[in-house]
Parts: sequence; structure tokens; C-alpha cells
Amino acid sequence: MSHIAPPAHWRRAKERYRLLGSKCESCGSTFFPPTKVCPKCRRKGKIVQTEFSGKGKIYSYTIIHSAPKMFEKYTPYILALVELEEGPKVMSQIVDCKPEEVKIGLNVEVCFRKLFEQDEEGVISYGFKFRPADDSWKGL
Amino acid sequence: MIGLYKKRDVAIISAAATKCGEHWDKGIKDLAWEAGVKAVEEAGISGKDIEYLVVGNMSGGMFVGQEHIGALVADFLGLNPIPSLRVEGACASGGIAFFQGYMAVASGLYDIVAVGGVEKMTDVEQEQATTALSGAMDFEWEAYFGATFPGIYALMARRYMYEYGLKKETLAKVAVKNHYHGSMNSLAHFRNKINLEEALSAPMVADPLGKYDCCPISDGAALVILAPLEIARKYTDTPIIVKSSVMASDTLSLLKRRDICTLDATVNAAEKAFKLAHIERSQVNLIEVHDCFTIAEVLAIEDLGFAKKGEGWKMCDEEQTYVGGNLPVNTDGGLKASGHPVGATGVKQIVEIVKQLRGEVERGRQVKGAEVGLAHNVGGSGATAVVTILARG
Repeated sequence: MSHIAPPAHWRRAKERYRLLGSKCESCGSTFFPPTKVCPKCRRKGKIVQTEFSGKGKIYSYTIIHSAPKMFEKYTPYILALVELEEGPKVMSQIVDCKPEEVKIGLNVEVCFRKLFEQDEEGVISYGFKFRPADDSWKGL
Repeated sequence: MIGLYKKRDVAIISAAATKCGEHWDKGIKDLAWEAGVKAVEEAGISGKDIEYLVVGNMSGGMFVGQEHIGALVADFLGLNPIPSLRVEGACASGGIAFFQGYMAVASGLYDIVAVGGVEKMTDVEQEQATTALSGAMDFEWEAYFGATFPGIYALMARRYMYEYGLKKETLAKVAVKNHYHGSMNSLAHFRNKINLEEALSAPMVADPLGKYDCCPISDGAALVILAPLEIARKYTDTPIIVKSSVMASDTLSLLKRRDICTLDATVNAAEKAFKLAHIERSQVNLIEVHDCFTIAEVLAIEDLGFAKKGEGWKMCDEEQTYVGGNLPVNTDGGLKASGHPVGATGVKQIVEIVKQLRGEVERGRQVKGAEVGLAHNVGGSGATAVVTILARG
């Protein structure tokens, strides 16, 4: 991947660190990635920031074997589409879980991890990943 | 808006493509020139007759450090000073170029319009090429978290398997079929046949998608020339009528999709395309679909309306999608075998349908008596789709 400038990491840091999305106060819909407009209410909608509980289920997953250089050392890693209990979906790596143990429907919870180091001079990026929500991961 | 489409009937008077593959001896200009010259010669026109040029190109900047592709192609085809536009919609850039060129003729603004597509992808290392391609995703919320392009389609495939009982063997059959068709196509990137066992035992890229589930990185170009139908016979005995060309969009990321097993952009474009063309699915003799990954071919068959959601894989499993089957799909080998020079692909698909409708392809892969064909081009994971329906004049 091309070099990512520090401001590009920084401007989304809050959402990435705390799993923040957006919510329309008019209709109650929640969104991730955060949006600036509610597609249902349009001008009548009122968008505010919202923090998700971090609990969800695996909606779909894949095991990435071939990855860009900045993710290479993590291969094979689990990439999943996680359906949050509030409704929206997020794309995230699943950690503390063996590739053969991941399945659709698995309960997961958010955790805070290093995402990647781009190169020696690049920013070290942190953000959310998910792990199995029960205690099974603790024995790993 | 519908009225605009109907203002004037449009025909394709010539269509040409280069071979796809690793063209070490050809740069982006050489590829565009080769496709352009072939098409101009076939139409028997002079470059001076062309009034407007639209070129599909995804990422000249990242693949070869070259932007300003519209002017570049006009220059190298000797078409200055006509207006020349480069359009970009990731892997659907070629399809969008066609949609733009079609509108220019249909609206009456121009008579003779050239629509090209070109991509030179093999001058950079694979890391750089995949970086360019991953720009078709939502960078901040997908690629940033470790998503790769095969990974995105693998997420769709895994969910589809869970919902509808698709097996890896059926996806492998899609690759085997596309390599079989490609083996007969002199312009294909891969001319080798593969068997089911080879496809299934290939290394994993993004589980459940293995090496043979993924299309290659190719160099290539294609170009077609459009004219109003009323004057098309001046240039060719077999004008191919553009019955409709429709583009639709959807959310950039997979996160916000209504259903990740459906490309709503394809559904919307196809519905409108069939309506405008006054053609039924049962009248279509062959389709070119955007099989960037094998699962995408299965989804396309359903989203274009040729099978119910969740049942398209059965047509692939029962091998109805071969030439000679009920619905031949990707008779040139698809993106999988014929290659995927991203910005050129949408135009290359149209070239294949034109040649099929004229009865001009290699005998083994010719759909006999084909009257109607459809081309389906997708950008990214489905944020853009273009559906074009063509028929013999």
C-alpha cells in the first residue's frame, strides 16, 4: 500500500479506537461507517455520533493467505464481517481464535489492537479487532 | 431520462481487442494503438471521421505513472483535436466508457464515436498492482483493516455457501469452464485447460477462494466504434444494435449492503436494461459476466435475472453455462482465462459479444445462430455495474 500520511490515520482515530458510528435521532437507525446523512430521513434526519457496545456475531469470514506487505506477518489471518448487536456491520480481523475455529454466528466482542506498521518511518496504527466473546480464547 | 435513451438507435460498426496477457514489448500507448487501428480498419473509416473518443482506464497513474489518458490515446491514434475523455469506475471503467459513448450517439450530439479501454498492469510488482486495485474498496474501513480484494469476494462466497449450500467444487467448475472456453480463444491470457482436481488443490488466496478462483493481472486494450443505426450500414453489413446500456451504483463498501450475496447495482442496471431493450431473458443467447472471482459469476447469473437468488450455482454445477448449454456464459474465457486488463475489460466483453453475434469467433466456442447477447461489467465489489444488451441488426 502507498505510504499513508499521519493526518489520514489521525482523522479517523476516534472512530477506530472506540468503535464510533453514527445514529439518526429522527428514525433511530445506526450506521457504520459513520455517515453524515440518514438515507431514509434525508434533510429531516438528525445525525449524531454513537458508541457501539462492541458485541456482535460473525456474519461472514475468510482466511487471508495472500496479503499486502503491511499485513503479511499476520497471515494466515481471519477477516470477518461482524454484525454488531445494534445492527450495522464492520469489517475486522478476528484474533485469539484459530482459523479452524471461526464460524458464522460466533459471538464476538471488540478489543483494541495494533493494526499494522507500515514501514520503519510510518505511523503504527491501532484500532479495533474482535475476539470470541466467550472464555475460550483465554486458554490460547 | 428514459426519453433520452430512445432518441436515436445506436449500432456498433466495428470492434477489436488486443490479446490479453503480459505484453513485455508493449506499453499503454502501443496497446491502445493496436486496438484502435484494428477497429478503424475494420470499419473502413478514416480517423478523421471519428468525432469523440471515450477511454476507460482504472489507474494509469499507479500502474505506469501515466495520467491524462484521454489525451494520450487521442494523440497516439492521430485523432487530435477531437474531445477525448478518460473515465474511471475501477474495473467497470470500460463499461462506463461504453455507456458514455452510447449516450453521446443516442442523444444526437455526435455521430461517430470511438469507445476504448486500456490497462497496462504488468510493469509494476504485484504489491503495487494489488494496491492500485484495492483502491476500488473503501480504503478507510476495508483495506485499512486488512481486507484484500479476493478477501472481499471470499466474504461474499462464504456467506453464500452458508445461505444456499454452494460447494467449493461448483466454484471450481466455473474456473474449469472458463479455462476451457479460453483455450479456444486466440486472444485469451490463459490458453491452458485445467481440471477439477487442479482447481481444488491450488493454494488458497482468501479461503474459500483459491488461485483458480481469481482472475489474473493482464495488459490489454479494446476499442469499438459507434454510429447511428440509420447510417451504420454504410460501414458494415452486420451492424450490431445497442438495445440498451445502463449503469447503476451501490455502496462502495460491503459493510452497508442490503445483502452481501446480491449485487444490487447489477440487479438495478439489468432490470432497466431489459425494460429499455424490450427483450426477455429467454431471448438472450449468451452473456459475458464479470467473473473477477468465480463466486462473482454465480452471483451475476442470479442478479441479471437468469436464475432465482440462491439457485444460480446449479446452472454452473450442471454445466449449462458451456457453449452448447442452455445459457453460455463467458464464451471468451471470462476474466478468469481471457484476462482482466481492468479498464479495458468492459469494452473487451462487448467486443466478444459483437464477434459472437456476427459469427466470427473460433468454431469450438461459437454460439450458433446467436441473435442477442448481454455484457455485464462490475466495479469493485459491486459499487458500479454496467449492463449492455446487444442484438444483430
